[in-house]
Amino acid sequence: MLTLENLSFGVQEERKEKEIIHDLNLTVGDNKFVVITGPNGGGKSTLAKLIAGIEKPTQGRIVFGDHDITEMNITERANLGISYAFQQPVRFKGVQVLDLIRLAAKKKLTAADACVYLSEVGLCAKDYINREVNASLSGGELKRIEIATVLARKTRLSVFDEPEAGIDLWSFQNLISVFERMRETVQGSILIISHQERILNIADEIVVIADGRITNHGPKEEILPGLLGTASAVDACSRFYKGGK
Amino acid sequence: MADIGNVDSIQMRLLEEVANLHEVPAGAYNIRVNGKLAERVNSANIEIVSKEEGEGIDIRIKAGTRNESVHIPVVLSQSGLTEMVYNDFYIGDDADVVIVAGCGIHNGGDKDSKHDGLHRFFVGKNAKVKYVEKHYGSGDGRGRRIMNPQTEVTMEENSYMEMEMVQIKGVDSTRRTTKADLAEGAKLIIRERLLTHGSQFAESGFVVNLNGENSSANVISRSVAKEESTQVFIAEINGNAKCAGHSECDAIIMDNAKISAVPKITANNTDAALIHEAAIGKIAGEQIIKLMTLGLTEEEAEAQIVNGFLK
Repeated sequence: MLTLENLSFGVQEERKEKEIIHDLNLTVGDNKFVVITGPNGGGKSTLAKLIAGIEKPTQGRIVFGDHDITEMNITERANLGISYAFQQPVRFKGVQVLDLIRLAAKKKLTAADACVYLSEVGLCAKDYINREVNASLSGGELKRIEIATVLARKTRLSVFDEPEAGIDLWSFQNLISVFERMRETVQGSILIISHQERILNIADEIVVIADGRITNHGPKEEILPGLLGTASAVDACSRFYKGGK
Repeated sequence: MADIGNVDSIQMRLLEEVANLHEVPAGAYNIRVNGKLAERVNSANIEIVSKEEGEGIDIRIKAGTRNESVHIPVVLSQSGLTEMVYNDFYIGDDADVVIVAGCGIHNGGDKDSKHDGLHRFFVGKNAKVKYVEKHYGSGDGRGRRIMNPQTEVTMEENSYMEMEMVQIKGVDSTRRTTKADLAEGAKLIIRERLLTHGSQFAESGFVVNLNGENSSANVISRSVAKEESTQVFIAEINGNAKCAGHSECDAIIMDNAKISAVPKITANNTDAALIHEAAIGKIAGEQIIKLMTLGLTEEEAEAQIVNGFLK
């Protein structure tokens, strides 16, 4: 379904190129639930942006279904069936939650239809449907609306960049069930960047990325025990980073 | 309901744009077409009278009038017409009414068409008014469509007024001035929405004097300037008593447009609390990216963002 072939990406930094993704190869199969994890700064978010078309690779190819999408722009990829949920969702003055969900669904949903998606992400729909997607919403609320826009698209591939970031613990419980439900109901592949054990735990496959390379990739049953039991454990990683590096 | 008499199809379209009129409105109304009265209806509580001298009307709303509306649209479809009208609104104490004004110009000719107006509002004690004013221009003639509205508002004790002023399309040149004086406990909310394109010019100036204790004003402008157009926004709030004033100008700039925002707040009393906010910027790149990830093209994304912003 999605294949990344020899993918590299670099940025210009003080006249020399800094490579963030190095010659990366990855295949995400049909209807798979794949979680990408690994230390901060390892290139995970960049990879998600390369898939969505927000960044263009310096080398390599991206193939989605039967299409080579390497040169396609964001819109073309979206219309082929790729969705992308921002790690830090964007605010829009004046645009209502209902407008955004309608745009995502590409049809004039009734308020009741749109509410279904909001309820899915644990928002009491009637309180939110007419709210503006502006600074009056908290980070967690925005994040859930962001996820609702991806749900409304019902695409073949949905990419989520750290859906848990910025969500409080209480909401996090709901979020996990959102993804659990998605795993059961959504026809299509889901690619999530996450550090959360509970999200890793519902994966079919786990991909570990560090320094722009895949350091480990396999079924959850193989990868997860290793992550939890070693120095590269995800929780330990986050403690390490909080510890003042 | 019947069709509006003495109005042709172009004029009808202008009426729809500026006053949402598709047929004879409920309540009192006065429709002015090409400098002349086309139709007028009074209600038991609202009386519209032509001024004895000069152009214009007096609108008298009886004290205690509730849930009634007045429509006073003006349309110009004859190229080269220039007019200046004086409309005075007397809103009685305790009234609660909606007033819909608006001006539409269709200029298919080569001469400039111009509508200037002075609207004066005298809002009685405890009265509540919602005022909507829309401007619209159409026609592909070389003649410009010009509107220069002046509004003066005098608000008595504990009155409330909400003004919505919209100019989205087709007016080549506008100079708008709005002046308000507020007595004790009066509250004024002004919402302005403006979109300019082509080589249009729009200037909007507000002077709000908060004279009475506990009076308050909130002036909110949202505008988008596209192409080669120019906008100037001037908001002046004077706090002359214990009062609260807030002005906000939020503008999106595109293409080669120019925008100035000039907020001015003056406190003449230690208990005056005044705030101004002004922000001008282009559409955030990530807003466009987000909408593109939903399958919109860059142009569609831009249009959605602008529409939402001006909604």
